[in-house]
Amino acid sequence: MAVYKKSYRPYQGELTPSWKRFLVIPRYAFEDLHRSRFLTIFYLASFLYPLIAALIIYIEHNVEALKLLNLGPAAQLIAIDAGFFMSFLGWQSMLALFLAAFIGPGQVSPDLANNALALYLARPFSRAEYVLGKASVLLVLMSLMTWVPGLLLFWLEGYLEGAGWAGEHARVASGLFFGSWAWIVVLTLLSLALSAWVKWRPAAGALVFGVFFVASAFGNAINTTQDTRWGHLLSMDTLIGSVWLQLFLGDYPASTGAAFFRLEAGRHLPFWSCWLMLAAWCMACLYMLARKIRGVQVVR
Amino acid sequence: MGPVIELDGLEVRFGGRSVLNKLHASLTGRAIGLLGPNGAGKSTLLNTLLGFHKPFSGTARLLGLDVRTQAREVRALIGYMPENDAFIASMSGVRFVRMMAELAGLPPQQALERAHESFFYVGLGEVRYRPLGSYSLGMKQSAKLATAIAHGPRILFLDEPTNGLDPPQRARMIRLIQEIRDRGDLSLILSSHLLRDVEECCDQVLILKGGNIAAHCNLEEERRANRRFLELETRSESNGCFLEALEKLGCHTARGAQGRIKVILPEGIEVQRLYAVAAEQNVQIRRLSHKRDSLEDIFLKAMEAADGRL
Repeated sequence: MAVYKKSYRPYQGELTPSWKRFLVIPRYAFEDLHRSRFLTIFYLASFLYPLIAALIIYIEHNVEALKLLNLGPAAQLIAIDAGFFMSFLGWQSMLALFLAAFIGPGQVSPDLANNALALYLARPFSRAEYVLGKASVLLVLMSLMTWVPGLLLFWLEGYLEGAGWAGEHARVASGLFFGSWAWIVVLTLLSLALSAWVKWRPAAGALVFGVFFVASAFGNAINTTQDTRWGHLLSMDTLIGSVWLQLFLGDYPASTGAAFFRLEAGRHLPFWSCWLMLAAWCMACLYMLARKIRGVQVVR
Repeated sequence: MGPVIELDGLEVRFGGRSVLNKLHASLTGRAIGLLGPNGAGKSTLLNTLLGFHKPFSGTARLLGLDVRTQAREVRALIGYMPENDAFIASMSGVRFVRMMAELAGLPPQQALERAHESFFYVGLGEVRYRPLGSYSLGMKQSAKLATAIAHGPRILFLDEPTNGLDPPQRARMIRLIQEIRDRGDLSLILSSHLLRDVEECCDQVLILKGGNIAAHCNLEEERRANRRFLELETRSESNGCFLEALEKLGCHTARGAQGRIKVILPEGIEVQRLYAVAAEQNVQIRRLSHKRDSLEDIFLKAMEAADGRL
């Protein structure tokens, strides 16, 4: 029977397992994102650095290629060590910040703008599943930008270096994995929370940057005026940089490191305070989401 | 059939203020109307049944499932058409309805098929690929109905379904609701402040006022009773003998002003018999009308009660 001739009838077919239903949200979100040419190009461009890094690793281990380029011994070109992978993670994480600012605000705000949230939650679908579904869009995209290529590079280096290297540098691999996750979880929650509170997408996107740069500047102002180092607690890049240093190296380096982790000696924050502050940011974002992600808003 | 909705001392509070005040009711109708003025608690009751508000005390059950402890199972039964706009402006109608059906548990192919069907059913087949944000108010109402029925719910919650509709659109919406109701596959809960909507679609009504149940009546029974309820207007003021004759026939009578008489006919007595009795008593009937204690009368009586209770 033609579809337009059918009248209302109850559904008596099979249902999908309830644990899989949150995956409906990222599937639709990916379809939407794929339609944006800018985002597709940006996302593809974000793999340039991993490709270049892979090329560097390959050349480092290819004597013929080094001779061809008229270069000296491999070790003199560029050191493939924790610093190499931290720089990789730093660059990719900055791109992840841009990605979160571009697509994060478009996740929750359209559902709130016209009260579609009530329809999501009127189904056998919880608030936690909703947030998980929305977060998974960002988590997947940012994972593919950060720890997935990072670990592939690590595997490539380990393969070319030979037996033993991967085991000796296992801390780098775990740093890549857990450091990336720390960053993308914070970014995801922050962009979703701001998306839930600021319905205008450009404003929400600008706020994501604002949290980083304005808070960081405010923290520096506190440090300067109060002659303290605790103002860095407001600086997200300092917090995540410190966390990465602990994960990759175990301690702050004696000399200044890569661009992301420059702090004057004696101005370092204790690692526990950085973890605590990042956790506080996450909790604050979850609280903001819990306040807004409701079937109905009660005006008291 | 067991009760569709059971309220057992249900109390909902917002910020210490009681919005639903220890409601007790058992509603068994196929189509239940929630009536009441703005702020009476109709939408709060619907939202509580949906699990959006936690009961402060008491319980509510839908088809025997507790809305507090079995919220997920309860929501699996429901199709919800909210009062306000509820859509994603940039999504096409059919894509949005498909997504909502998938979230309700339908596999993607079935969800797509039913989304198309729903859109044709509510009369939006031709515009189903347009973004929802470009729909007119009437189209948005119909799209909300399509979203509510696409996954084939067992209970349909309709919150002010005719809001903002012009008369032809309203008539169409009411016809759709009646059609869905008459299929008998689902129970229907219609919340409205429009008596006509409830009267045309529902067989049971719960009237709320200030968070209390002001009245609870079975419209179907009322309609059956009202079929025998007549109002006569006679020429003379003194109808003593006529009334006596009617009583002898088995009618219940009540004298009104200006020669008006209210009569309830017993089973088996037809209206023509009244004319015969009037002729025998030499009484001239000037007007005879089937008077019914309409929903409006019931509603007004409920609203007049000071504390909101009859």
